Amino acid sequence: MDEKTINDSGKFGDILTINMGPQHPSTHGVLRLILDIDGETIVNATPDIGYLHRGVEKLAENRMYHQFIPLTDRLDYLASLSNNLAYCLAVEKFFDLKIPERANYLRVIFAELARISSHLLWLASHALDMGAMTVFLYCFRERELLLDLFEIATGQRMTSSWIRVGGIRADIPDEFINKAYEFIEIFSEKIKDYEGLLSKNRIWLQRTKGIGILTKEDALNYGASGPIMRGSGIKFDIRKFEPYCIYDKMDFEIPSFEDGDVYSRYLVRIEEMKQSNRIVKQALDELPEGPVMTDDPRVGIPSHEEVNERMESLIRRFYLMSKGFTPPRGDVYSSIESTKGELGFYIVSDGTEKPYRLKIRAPSFVNLGIVPLISKGHMIADMVSIIGSIDIVLGEIDR
Amino acid sequence: MGLIENKLPDNIFTTTLDNVINWGRRSSMWPVTFGLACCAIEMMACGAAKYDLDRFGIIFRASPRQADVMIVAGTVTRKMAPVVRKVYDQMPAPKWVIAMGACATSGGIFNTYSTVQGVDDVIPVDFYIPGCPPRPEALYDALLALQEKIKKEKVVRA
Repeated sequence: MDEKTINDSGKFGDILTINMGPQHPSTHGVLRLILDIDGETIVNATPDIGYLHRGVEKLAENRMYHQFIPLTDRLDYLASLSNNLAYCLAVEKFFDLKIPERANYLRVIFAELARISSHLLWLASHALDMGAMTVFLYCFRERELLLDLFEIATGQRMTSSWIRVGGIRADIPDEFINKAYEFIEIFSEKIKDYEGLLSKNRIWLQRTKGIGILTKEDALNYGASGPIMRGSGIKFDIRKFEPYCIYDKMDFEIPSFEDGDVYSRYLVRIEEMKQSNRIVKQALDELPEGPVMTDDPRVGIPSHEEVNERMESLIRRFYLMSKGFTPPRGDVYSSIESTKGELGFYIVSDGTEKPYRLKIRAPSFVNLGIVPLISKGHMIADMVSIIGSIDIVLGEIDR
Repeated sequence: MGLIENKLPDNIFTTTLDNVINWGRRSSMWPVTFGLACCAIEMMACGAAKYDLDRFGIIFRASPRQADVMIVAGTVTRKMAPVVRKVYDQMPAPKWVIAMGACATSGGIFNTYSTVQGVDDVIPVDFYIPGCPPRPEALYDALLALQEKIKKEKVVRA
Protein backbone atom coordinates (compact mmCIF):
# COMPACT_ATOMS: atom_id res chain seq x y z
CA MET A 1 0.00 0.00 0.00
CA ASP A 2 1.35 3.41 -0.95
CA GLU A 3 2.12 5.83 1.79
CA LYS A 4 0.30 8.64 0.06
CA THR A 5 -2.79 8.87 -2.12
CA ILE A 6 -4.26 11.70 -4.09
CA ASN A 7 -7.43 13.26 -2.73
CA ASP A 8 -10.36 14.38 -4.87
CA SER A 9 -9.05 17.90 -4.57
CA GLY A 10 -5.75 16.81 -6.10
CA LYS A 11 -3.74 17.25 -2.88
CA PHE A 12 -1.69 14.52 -1.28
CA GLY A 13 -3.37 13.16 1.82
CA ASP A 14 -1.66 11.21 4.54
CA ILE A 15 -2.80 7.73 5.32
CA LEU A 16 -3.59 7.35 8.98
CA THR A 17 -3.51 3.92 10.57
CA ILE A 18 -5.93 3.47 13.42
CA ASN A 19 -6.93 0.62 15.63
CA MET A 20 -10.47 -0.67 16.09
CA GLY A 21 -10.96 -3.22 18.82
CA PRO A 22 -10.40 -5.67 20.39
CA GLN A 23 -12.39 -3.84 23.05
CA HIS A 24 -15.01 -2.18 20.88
CA PRO A 25 -18.74 -2.56 21.34
CA SER A 26 -19.54 -3.22 17.69
CA THR A 27 -16.84 -5.67 16.68
CA HIS A 28 -19.01 -8.50 18.03
CA GLY A 29 -16.47 -9.98 20.36
CA VAL A 30 -12.75 -9.52 20.37
CA LEU A 31 -12.01 -8.80 16.73
CA ARG A 32 -9.31 -6.25 16.09
CA LEU A 33 -9.24 -4.29 12.87
CA ILE A 34 -6.31 -2.25 11.67
CA LEU A 35 -7.76 0.49 9.51
CA ASP A 36 -5.78 2.60 7.08
CA ILE A 37 -7.85 5.69 6.56
CA ASP A 38 -7.68 8.69 4.32
CA GLY A 39 -9.78 11.24 6.15
CA GLU A 40 -12.94 9.30 6.89
CA THR A 41 -12.53 6.88 4.01
CA ILE A 42 -11.17 3.40 4.54
CA VAL A 43 -8.24 2.62 2.29
CA ASN A 44 -7.51 -0.77 3.76
CA ALA A 45 -8.85 -2.86 6.61
CA THR A 46 -6.88 -5.76 8.06
CA PRO A 47 -8.55 -8.05 10.57
CA ASP A 48 -6.32 -9.27 13.40
CA ILE A 49 -7.68 -12.39 14.99
CA GLY A 50 -6.57 -14.76 17.72
CA TYR A 51 -7.81 -12.89 20.78
CA LEU A 52 -10.07 -15.82 21.63
CA HIS A 53 -7.78 -18.65 20.59
CA ARG A 54 -8.52 -21.33 23.15
CA GLY A 55 -6.84 -24.31 21.54
CA VAL A 56 -10.01 -26.28 20.88
CA GLU A 57 -8.51 -28.36 18.06
CA LYS A 58 -5.58 -29.36 20.25
CA LEU A 59 -7.93 -30.21 23.12
CA ALA A 60 -9.83 -32.52 20.78
CA GLU A 61 -6.73 -34.68 20.38
CA ASN A 62 -6.73 -35.34 24.11
CA ARG A 63 -10.44 -36.01 24.48
CA MET A 64 -12.50 -39.10 23.74
CA TYR A 65 -14.96 -38.60 20.93
CA HIS A 66 -17.98 -37.97 23.14
CA GLN A 67 -15.99 -35.78 25.52
CA PHE A 68 -15.43 -33.27 22.73
CA ILE A 69 -19.15 -32.48 22.36
CA PRO A 70 -19.19 -29.83 25.16
CA LEU A 71 -16.30 -28.05 23.45
CA THR A 72 -18.25 -27.78 20.19
CA ASP A 73 -20.90 -25.80 22.10
CA ARG A 74 -18.41 -23.07 22.73
CA LEU A 75 -17.33 -22.61 19.11
CA ASP A 76 -20.33 -20.83 17.71
CA TYR A 77 -22.00 -20.14 21.01
CA LEU A 78 -25.01 -18.50 19.40
CA ALA A 79 -26.16 -21.80 17.92
CA SER A 80 -24.61 -24.52 20.06
CA LEU A 81 -26.99 -27.19 18.85
CA SER A 82 -25.91 -26.71 15.23
CA ASN A 83 -22.31 -27.34 16.24
CA ASN A 84 -23.24 -30.46 18.20
CA LEU A 85 -25.05 -31.70 15.14
CA ALA A 86 -22.19 -31.02 12.74
CA TYR A 87 -19.68 -32.80 14.96
CA CYS A 88 -21.92 -35.79 15.67
CA LEU A 89 -22.73 -36.24 11.98
CA ALA A 90 -19.01 -36.33 11.23
CA VAL A 91 -18.29 -38.97 13.88
CA GLU A 92 -21.32 -40.99 12.80
CA LYS A 93 -19.92 -41.08 9.27
CA PHE A 94 -17.12 -43.35 10.59
CA PHE A 95 -19.64 -45.96 11.70
CA ASP A 96 -22.24 -45.61 8.96
CA LEU A 97 -24.92 -45.49 11.65
CA LYS A 98 -28.66 -45.54 11.25
CA ILE A 99 -30.10 -42.89 13.51
CA PRO A 100 -33.65 -43.40 14.85
CA GLU A 101 -36.23 -41.34 12.98
CA ARG A 102 -37.44 -39.47 16.06
CA ALA A 103 -33.90 -38.39 16.90
CA ASN A 104 -33.44 -37.09 13.35
CA TYR A 105 -36.61 -35.04 13.57
CA LEU A 106 -35.65 -33.62 16.96
CA ARG A 107 -32.19 -32.78 15.64
CA VAL A 108 -33.69 -30.78 12.80
CA ILE A 109 -36.17 -29.05 15.10
CA PHE A 110 -33.40 -27.95 17.42
CA ALA A 111 -30.98 -27.00 14.66
CA GLU A 112 -33.64 -24.74 13.15
CA LEU A 113 -34.62 -23.24 16.50
CA ALA A 114 -30.92 -22.55 17.04
CA ARG A 115 -30.83 -20.84 13.66
CA ILE A 116 -33.71 -18.57 14.63
CA SER A 117 -32.04 -17.81 17.95
CA SER A 118 -28.74 -16.99 16.29
CA HIS A 119 -30.33 -14.81 13.62
CA LEU A 120 -32.36 -13.01 16.28
CA LEU A 121 -29.21 -12.18 18.18
CA TRP A 122 -27.57 -11.08 14.95
CA LEU A 123 -30.50 -8.78 14.14
CA ALA A 124 -30.51 -7.43 17.69
CA SER A 125 -26.83 -6.54 17.78
CA HIS A 126 -26.68 -5.39 14.16
CA ALA A 127 -29.61 -3.05 14.71
CA LEU A 128 -28.14 -1.85 18.00
CA ASP A 129 -24.91 -0.96 16.23
CA MET A 130 -26.95 1.17 13.85
CA GLY A 131 -28.68 2.85 16.74
CA ALA A 132 -31.99 0.98 16.64
CA MET A 133 -32.47 0.18 20.32
CA THR A 134 -36.07 -1.01 20.03
CA VAL A 135 -35.19 -3.87 17.69
CA PHE A 136 -32.60 -5.05 20.19
CA LEU A 137 -35.17 -5.24 22.98
CA TYR A 138 -37.81 -6.88 20.76
CA CYS A 139 -35.40 -9.53 19.47
CA PHE A 140 -34.18 -10.44 22.93
CA ARG A 141 -37.77 -10.74 24.10
CA GLU A 142 -38.44 -13.47 21.54
CA ARG A 143 -35.02 -15.02 22.04
CA GLU A 144 -35.81 -15.56 25.69
CA LEU A 145 -38.83 -17.65 24.67
CA LEU A 146 -36.49 -19.79 22.59
CA LEU A 147 -33.98 -20.15 25.38
CA ASP A 148 -36.82 -21.27 27.64
CA LEU A 149 -37.63 -23.95 25.07
CA PHE A 150 -34.00 -25.10 25.03
CA GLU A 151 -33.99 -25.16 28.79
CA ILE A 152 -37.10 -27.32 29.01
CA ALA A 153 -35.60 -29.93 26.71
CA THR A 154 -31.87 -29.77 27.35
CA GLY A 155 -31.53 -28.23 30.80
CA GLN A 156 -29.29 -25.43 29.55
CA ARG A 157 -30.05 -22.11 27.97
CA MET A 158 -27.11 -21.84 25.62
CA THR A 159 -24.43 -24.52 25.80
CA SER A 160 -26.57 -27.60 25.83
CA SER A 161 -24.41 -30.54 24.55
CA TRP A 162 -27.68 -32.27 23.88
CA ILE A 163 -27.05 -33.96 20.53
CA ARG A 164 -24.88 -37.04 21.00
CA VAL A 165 -23.16 -39.49 18.70
CA GLY A 166 -25.88 -41.98 17.78
CA GLY A 167 -28.88 -39.86 18.64
CA ILE A 168 -29.74 -37.33 21.27
CA ARG A 169 -29.18 -37.25 25.01
CA ALA A 170 -32.79 -37.71 26.13
CA ASP A 171 -36.30 -37.45 24.78
CA ILE A 172 -38.14 -34.13 25.02
CA PRO A 173 -40.56 -33.62 27.93
CA ASP A 174 -44.29 -33.54 27.18
CA GLU A 175 -44.82 -29.80 27.55
CA PHE A 176 -42.18 -29.05 24.91
CA ILE A 177 -44.41 -29.67 21.89
CA ASN A 178 -47.12 -27.26 22.99
CA LYS A 179 -44.63 -24.59 23.95
CA ALA A 180 -42.86 -24.97 20.61
CA TYR A 181 -46.15 -24.53 18.73
CA GLU A 182 -46.85 -21.50 20.87
CA PHE A 183 -43.49 -20.04 19.94
CA ILE A 184 -44.08 -20.60 16.23
CA GLU A 185 -47.38 -18.73 16.48
CA ILE A 186 -45.88 -15.84 18.40
CA PHE A 187 -42.77 -15.60 16.27
CA SER A 188 -44.51 -15.54 12.91
CA GLU A 189 -46.42 -12.48 14.15
CA LYS A 190 -43.48 -10.75 15.80
CA ILE A 191 -41.18 -11.03 12.81
CA LYS A 192 -43.53 -8.62 11.03
CA ASP A 193 -42.72 -6.09 13.76
CA TYR A 194 -39.00 -6.24 13.03
CA GLU A 195 -39.62 -5.83 9.34
CA GLY A 196 -41.99 -2.97 10.04
CA LEU A 197 -39.32 -1.24 12.08
CA LEU A 198 -36.47 -1.73 9.64
CA SER A 199 -37.24 -2.84 6.08
CA LYS A 200 -38.57 0.50 4.88
CA ASN A 201 -36.95 2.66 7.52
CA ARG A 202 -35.13 5.49 5.76
CA ILE A 203 -32.21 5.59 8.18
CA TRP A 204 -31.81 1.83 7.95
CA LEU A 205 -31.86 1.94 4.16
CA GLN A 206 -29.25 4.68 4.05
CA ARG A 207 -26.97 2.78 6.40
CA THR A 208 -27.30 -0.54 4.59
CA LYS A 209 -28.14 -0.11 0.90
CA GLY A 210 -25.13 -0.05 -1.38
CA ILE A 211 -22.76 -0.65 1.54
CA GLY A 212 -20.22 -3.47 1.44
CA ILE A 213 -21.11 -4.88 -1.95
CA LEU A 214 -19.84 -8.40 -2.60
CA THR A 215 -20.18 -9.56 -6.18
CA LYS A 216 -21.15 -13.06 -7.19
CA GLU A 217 -17.65 -13.86 -8.48
CA ASP A 218 -15.95 -12.60 -5.35
CA ALA A 219 -18.31 -14.59 -3.17
CA LEU A 220 -17.27 -17.73 -5.02
CA ASN A 221 -13.58 -16.86 -5.11
CA TYR A 222 -13.41 -16.08 -1.41
CA GLY A 223 -15.33 -19.23 -0.47
CA ALA A 224 -18.03 -17.29 1.31
CA SER A 225 -20.97 -19.38 2.43
CA GLY A 226 -24.29 -19.07 4.15
CA PRO A 227 -26.29 -15.84 4.13
CA ILE A 228 -23.29 -13.91 2.73
CA MET A 229 -23.30 -16.09 -0.37
CA ARG A 230 -27.08 -16.04 -0.72
CA GLY A 231 -27.04 -12.28 -0.25
CA SER A 232 -24.82 -12.12 -3.35
CA GLY A 233 -27.30 -13.96 -5.50
CA ILE A 234 -26.01 -17.54 -5.26
CA LYS A 235 -28.80 -19.91 -4.42
CA PHE A 236 -26.86 -22.55 -2.52
CA ASP A 237 -27.74 -24.30 0.69
CA ILE A 238 -26.31 -27.59 1.93
CA ARG A 239 -29.68 -28.46 3.43
CA LYS A 240 -31.07 -28.57 -0.09
CA PHE A 241 -28.17 -29.80 -2.21
CA GLU A 242 -26.67 -32.38 0.13
CA PRO A 243 -29.47 -33.03 2.62
CA TYR A 244 -28.62 -34.48 6.00
CA CYS A 245 -31.02 -35.71 8.71
CA ILE A 246 -34.51 -35.23 7.28
CA TYR A 247 -34.12 -32.03 5.29
CA ASP A 248 -34.99 -33.88 2.10
CA LYS A 249 -38.52 -34.43 3.45
CA MET A 250 -39.00 -30.82 4.46
CA ASP A 251 -40.61 -28.22 2.26
CA PHE A 252 -38.71 -24.93 2.39
CA GLU A 253 -37.20 -22.35 0.13
CA ILE A 254 -33.73 -20.86 -0.10
CA PRO A 255 -33.92 -17.08 -0.08
CA SER A 256 -31.41 -15.23 -2.19
CA PHE A 257 -31.05 -11.60 -3.20
CA GLU A 258 -28.99 -10.17 -6.00
CA ASP A 259 -27.58 -6.91 -4.66
CA GLY A 260 -24.83 -8.33 -2.46
CA ASP A 261 -24.92 -5.41 -0.04
CA VAL A 262 -25.62 -5.23 3.69
CA TYR A 263 -29.32 -4.78 3.05
CA SER A 264 -29.69 -7.94 0.99
CA ARG A 265 -27.89 -9.95 3.67
CA TYR A 266 -30.39 -8.56 6.13
CA LEU A 267 -33.26 -9.62 3.85
CA VAL A 268 -31.77 -13.10 3.49
CA ARG A 269 -31.59 -13.62 7.23
CA ILE A 270 -35.09 -12.32 7.85
CA GLU A 271 -36.39 -14.70 5.19
CA GLU A 272 -34.35 -17.57 6.63
CA MET A 273 -35.97 -17.08 10.00
CA LYS A 274 -39.38 -17.42 8.36
CA GLN A 275 -38.28 -20.57 6.53
CA SER A 276 -36.84 -22.05 9.73
CA ASN A 277 -40.13 -21.40 11.42
CA ARG A 278 -41.80 -23.32 8.61
CA ILE A 279 -39.42 -26.26 8.96
CA VAL A 280 -39.92 -26.46 12.71
CA LYS A 281 -43.68 -26.50 12.22
CA GLN A 282 -43.51 -29.29 9.64
CA ALA A 283 -41.15 -31.37 11.76
CA LEU A 284 -43.34 -30.96 14.83
CA ASP A 285 -46.41 -32.00 12.84
CA GLU A 286 -44.74 -35.15 11.55
CA LEU A 287 -42.69 -36.01 14.66
CA PRO A 288 -42.74 -39.83 14.91
CA GLU A 289 -42.67 -41.89 18.09
CA GLY A 290 -39.81 -44.20 18.98
CA PRO A 291 -36.37 -44.33 20.56
CA VAL A 292 -34.00 -41.36 20.39
CA MET A 293 -30.69 -43.23 20.68
CA THR A 294 -29.37 -45.83 18.27
CA ASP A 295 -29.20 -49.42 19.56
CA ASP A 296 -25.93 -50.01 17.69
CA PRO A 297 -23.66 -51.45 20.41
CA ARG A 298 -20.56 -49.69 19.10
CA VAL A 299 -21.71 -46.20 20.08
CA GLY A 300 -25.29 -46.31 21.40
CA ILE A 301 -25.33 -45.46 25.09
CA PRO A 302 -28.06 -47.51 26.88
CA SER A 303 -30.70 -45.43 28.66
CA HIS A 304 -31.04 -45.37 32.44
CA GLU A 305 -34.14 -47.58 32.27
CA GLU A 306 -32.22 -50.28 30.40
CA VAL A 307 -29.29 -49.98 32.79
CA ASN A 308 -31.61 -50.58 35.72
CA GLU A 309 -33.03 -53.73 34.14
CA ARG A 310 -30.17 -55.49 32.33
CA MET A 311 -26.68 -56.27 33.49
CA GLU A 312 -25.33 -56.19 29.91
CA SER A 313 -26.57 -52.64 29.44
CA LEU A 314 -24.89 -51.58 32.64
CA ILE A 315 -21.58 -53.03 31.47
CA ARG A 316 -22.04 -51.46 28.04
CA ARG A 317 -22.78 -48.04 29.48
CA PHE A 318 -19.83 -48.23 31.85
CA TYR A 319 -17.55 -49.32 29.03
CA LEU A 320 -18.65 -46.56 26.65
CA MET A 321 -18.42 -43.88 29.34
CA SER A 322 -14.99 -44.83 30.63
CA LYS A 323 -13.21 -46.31 27.61
CA GLY A 324 -15.05 -44.56 24.80
CA PHE A 325 -15.58 -45.96 21.34
CA THR A 326 -13.04 -46.56 18.62
CA PRO A 327 -13.80 -45.64 15.01
CA PRO A 328 -11.88 -47.42 12.26
CA ARG A 329 -8.70 -45.88 10.90
CA GLY A 330 -9.28 -43.25 8.26
CA ASP A 331 -10.62 -39.76 7.86
CA VAL A 332 -14.01 -38.15 7.31
CA TYR A 333 -15.29 -34.73 6.39
CA SER A 334 -18.85 -33.79 7.01
CA SER A 335 -20.47 -30.38 6.83
CA ILE A 336 -23.84 -28.87 7.58
CA GLU A 337 -25.50 -25.58 6.80
CA SER A 338 -24.91 -23.85 10.10
CA THR A 339 -26.36 -20.43 10.87
CA LYS A 340 -23.28 -18.71 9.47
CA GLY A 341 -22.60 -20.98 6.51
CA GLU A 342 -20.84 -24.24 5.87
CA LEU A 343 -19.67 -25.68 9.18
CA GLY A 344 -17.50 -28.71 8.60
CA PHE A 345 -15.56 -31.12 10.76
CA TYR A 346 -12.60 -33.03 9.35
CA ILE A 347 -11.53 -35.86 11.64
CA VAL A 348 -8.54 -38.15 11.22
CA SER A 349 -8.79 -41.33 13.24
CA ASP A 350 -5.88 -43.63 14.04
CA GLY A 351 -8.16 -46.32 15.38
CA THR A 352 -7.95 -45.26 19.02
CA GLU A 353 -10.66 -43.70 21.18
CA LYS A 354 -9.29 -40.18 20.61
CA PRO A 355 -9.08 -38.32 17.29
CA TYR A 356 -5.60 -38.09 15.79
CA ARG A 357 -6.42 -34.67 14.34
CA LEU A 358 -9.55 -32.62 14.20
CA LYS A 359 -9.98 -29.63 11.94
CA ILE A 360 -12.93 -27.30 12.05
CA ARG A 361 -13.99 -25.51 8.89
CA ALA A 362 -15.56 -22.50 10.52
CA PRO A 363 -17.85 -20.42 8.30
CA SER A 364 -17.18 -17.16 10.18
CA PHE A 365 -13.44 -17.50 9.59
CA VAL A 366 -13.85 -17.83 5.84
CA ASN A 367 -16.51 -15.15 5.69
CA LEU A 368 -14.32 -12.71 7.61
CA GLY A 369 -11.86 -12.88 4.73
CA ILE A 370 -14.08 -10.68 2.61
CA VAL A 371 -13.86 -7.70 5.01
CA PRO A 372 -10.77 -6.09 3.42
CA LEU A 373 -12.36 -6.50 -0.01
CA ILE A 374 -15.79 -5.04 0.67
CA SER A 375 -14.87 -2.26 3.08
CA LYS A 376 -12.57 -0.35 0.73
CA GLY A 377 -13.80 3.12 -0.07
CA HIS A 378 -16.46 3.21 2.62
CA MET A 379 -16.64 5.44 5.68
CA ILE A 380 -15.52 4.30 9.13
CA ALA A 381 -19.15 4.32 10.29
CA ASP A 382 -19.99 1.86 7.50
CA MET A 383 -17.38 -0.53 8.84
CA VAL A 384 -19.70 -1.19 11.76
CA SER A 385 -22.52 -2.08 9.43
CA ILE A 386 -20.24 -4.30 7.32
CA ILE A 387 -18.92 -6.29 10.28
CA GLY A 388 -22.46 -6.61 11.60
CA SER A 389 -23.75 -7.92 8.28
CA ILE A 390 -21.12 -10.67 8.11
CA ASP A 391 -22.30 -12.04 11.46
CA ILE A 392 -19.05 -13.34 12.88
CA VAL A 393 -18.56 -15.27 16.07
CA LEU A 394 -15.04 -15.07 17.40
CA GLY A 395 -15.26 -18.35 19.26
CA GLU A 396 -15.54 -20.05 15.91
CA ILE A 397 -12.94 -17.94 14.11
CA ASP A 398 -10.16 -18.30 16.68
CA ARG A 399 -11.21 -21.74 17.93
CA MET B 1 -11.81 12.07 47.10
CA GLY B 2 -8.07 11.74 47.21
CA LEU B 3 -7.52 14.45 49.87
CA ILE B 4 -9.77 13.12 52.59
CA GLU B 5 -9.94 9.44 51.65
CA ASN B 6 -9.55 7.10 54.65
CA LYS B 7 -8.18 9.94 56.79
CA LEU B 8 -11.02 11.08 59.04
CA PRO B 9 -12.13 9.57 62.37
CA ASP B 10 -15.48 7.89 63.01
CA ASN B 11 -18.15 10.41 63.97
CA ILE B 12 -21.70 11.30 63.01
CA PHE B 13 -20.58 13.54 60.18
CA THR B 14 -18.19 11.09 58.53
CA THR B 15 -20.50 8.06 58.84
CA THR B 16 -23.32 10.02 57.23
CA LEU B 17 -21.01 11.25 54.51
CA ASP B 18 -19.90 7.67 53.84
CA ASN B 19 -23.50 6.53 53.65
CA VAL B 20 -24.33 9.21 51.12
CA ILE B 21 -21.27 8.51 48.98
CA ASN B 22 -21.87 4.75 49.03
CA TRP B 23 -25.53 5.24 48.22
CA GLY B 24 -24.49 7.22 45.15
CA ARG B 25 -21.87 4.70 44.10
CA ARG B 26 -24.02 1.62 44.43
CA SER B 27 -27.14 3.10 42.88
CA SER B 28 -25.57 3.88 39.54
CA MET B 29 -23.02 1.22 38.76
CA TRP B 30 -22.01 1.44 35.14
CA PRO B 31 -20.34 -1.72 33.89
CA VAL B 32 -18.03 -1.49 30.92
CA THR B 33 -19.20 -3.70 28.06
CA PHE B 34 -16.36 -6.14 27.93
CA GLY B 35 -17.75 -9.25 26.31
CA LEU B 36 -15.11 -11.79 25.43
CA ALA B 37 -16.98 -14.99 24.63
CA CYS B 38 -20.15 -16.95 25.34
CA CYS B 39 -20.83 -15.26 28.69
CA ALA B 40 -21.14 -11.94 26.90
CA ILE B 41 -24.36 -13.15 25.28
CA GLU B 42 -25.86 -13.87 28.70
CA MET B 43 -24.61 -10.47 29.83
CA MET B 44 -26.44 -8.88 26.89
CA ALA B 45 -29.55 -10.89 27.76
CA CYS B 46 -29.25 -9.50 31.26
CA GLY B 47 -29.42 -5.97 29.97
CA ALA B 48 -32.27 -6.67 27.52
CA ALA B 49 -36.02 -6.89 27.76
CA LYS B 50 -36.72 -9.81 30.10
CA TYR B 51 -34.12 -9.23 32.81
CA ASP B 52 -33.62 -5.49 32.46
CA LEU B 53 -30.65 -4.32 34.51
CA ASP B 54 -31.70 -0.69 34.14
CA ARG B 55 -34.06 -0.99 37.07
CA PHE B 56 -31.06 -1.23 39.39
CA GLY B 57 -29.48 1.82 37.80
CA ILE B 58 -27.04 -0.40 35.94
CA ILE B 59 -26.40 0.80 32.41
CA PHE B 60 -23.76 -0.70 30.14
CA ARG B 61 -21.17 1.78 29.06
CA ALA B 62 -18.97 1.17 26.06
CA SER B 63 -16.06 3.30 27.26
CA PRO B 64 -13.96 2.28 30.27
CA ARG B 65 -13.39 5.94 31.14
CA GLN B 66 -16.95 6.35 32.32
CA ALA B 67 -17.41 2.93 33.88
CA ASP B 68 -16.88 1.71 37.41
CA VAL B 69 -17.60 -2.01 37.20
CA MET B 70 -15.89 -4.41 34.84
CA ILE B 71 -17.67 -7.66 34.08
CA VAL B 72 -15.10 -10.00 32.55
CA ALA B 73 -17.46 -12.18 30.55
CA GLY B 74 -15.62 -14.99 28.82
CA THR B 75 -12.31 -16.69 28.26
CA VAL B 76 -9.22 -14.55 28.74
CA THR B 77 -6.46 -15.70 26.42
CA ARG B 78 -2.81 -14.82 26.64
CA LYS B 79 -3.18 -12.49 23.68
CA MET B 80 -6.16 -10.78 25.31
CA ALA B 81 -4.72 -10.47 28.84
CA PRO B 82 -2.73 -7.25 28.21
CA VAL B 83 -5.86 -5.68 26.72
CA VAL B 84 -7.90 -6.66 29.78
CA ARG B 85 -5.28 -5.04 31.99
CA LYS B 86 -5.20 -1.91 29.83
CA VAL B 87 -8.96 -1.50 29.94
CA TYR B 88 -8.89 -2.02 33.70
CA ASP B 89 -6.20 0.62 34.10
CA GLN B 90 -8.21 3.05 32.03
CA MET B 91 -11.14 2.88 34.43
CA PRO B 92 -11.20 5.61 37.09
CA ALA B 93 -11.22 4.58 40.77
CA PRO B 94 -13.25 3.39 42.58
CA LYS B 95 -13.65 0.29 40.41
CA TRP B 96 -14.79 -3.25 40.93
CA VAL B 97 -14.41 -6.41 38.89
CA ILE B 98 -16.76 -9.34 38.46
CA ALA B 99 -15.36 -12.51 36.90
CA MET B 100 -18.31 -14.00 35.06
CA GLY B 101 -18.29 -17.70 34.25
CA ALA B 102 -15.93 -20.61 34.67
CA CYS B 103 -13.35 -19.35 32.14
CA ALA B 104 -12.83 -15.96 33.77
CA THR B 105 -12.80 -17.61 37.18
CA SER B 106 -10.40 -20.47 36.59
CA GLY B 107 -9.91 -21.10 32.89
CA GLY B 108 -12.85 -23.48 32.90
CA ILE B 109 -12.69 -26.35 30.47
CA PHE B 110 -9.96 -24.66 28.45
CA ASN B 111 -6.82 -25.82 30.20
CA THR B 112 -4.54 -25.07 27.27
CA TYR B 113 -1.37 -23.27 26.28
CA SER B 114 -3.24 -20.18 25.16
CA THR B 115 -5.70 -19.60 27.98
CA VAL B 116 -5.13 -17.59 31.15
CA GLN B 117 -6.24 -19.78 34.06
CA GLY B 118 -8.45 -17.20 35.70
CA VAL B 119 -8.56 -13.45 35.15
CA ASP B 120 -7.29 -12.88 38.71
CA ASP B 121 -3.80 -13.50 37.33
CA VAL B 122 -4.15 -10.17 35.56
CA ILE B 123 -6.49 -7.94 37.57
CA PRO B 124 -7.97 -8.08 41.11
CA VAL B 125 -11.43 -9.64 41.23
CA ASP B 126 -14.25 -8.85 43.67
CA PHE B 127 -16.79 -11.49 42.73
CA TYR B 128 -16.65 -14.82 40.95
CA ILE B 129 -19.73 -16.26 39.25
CA PRO B 130 -19.71 -20.00 38.55
CA GLY B 131 -21.46 -21.45 35.52
CA CYS B 132 -20.72 -22.04 31.85
CA PRO B 133 -22.28 -19.65 31.04
CA PRO B 134 -23.98 -18.43 34.23
CA ARG B 135 -27.66 -17.64 34.00
CA PRO B 136 -28.61 -13.96 34.02
CA GLU B 137 -29.98 -14.50 37.53
CA ALA B 138 -26.48 -15.43 38.65
CA LEU B 139 -25.08 -12.22 37.22
CA TYR B 140 -27.84 -10.38 39.06
CA ASP B 141 -26.87 -12.05 42.28
CA ALA B 142 -23.28 -10.92 41.88
CA LEU B 143 -24.28 -7.35 41.04
CA LEU B 144 -26.60 -7.16 44.04
CA ALA B 145 -23.89 -8.68 46.24
CA LEU B 146 -21.52 -6.03 44.91
CA GLN B 147 -24.03 -3.36 45.92
CA GLU B 148 -24.03 -4.81 49.42
CA LYS B 149 -20.25 -4.74 49.44
CA ILE B 150 -20.13 -1.10 48.34
CA LYS B 151 -22.65 -0.25 51.06
CA LYS B 152 -20.20 -1.38 53.74
CA GLU B 153 -17.10 0.32 52.35
CA LYS B 154 -15.32 3.06 54.27
CA VAL B 155 -14.71 6.08 52.08
CA VAL B 156 -13.66 9.06 54.18
CA ARG B 157 -13.31 7.17 57.46
CA ALA B 158 -10.02 5.61 58.37
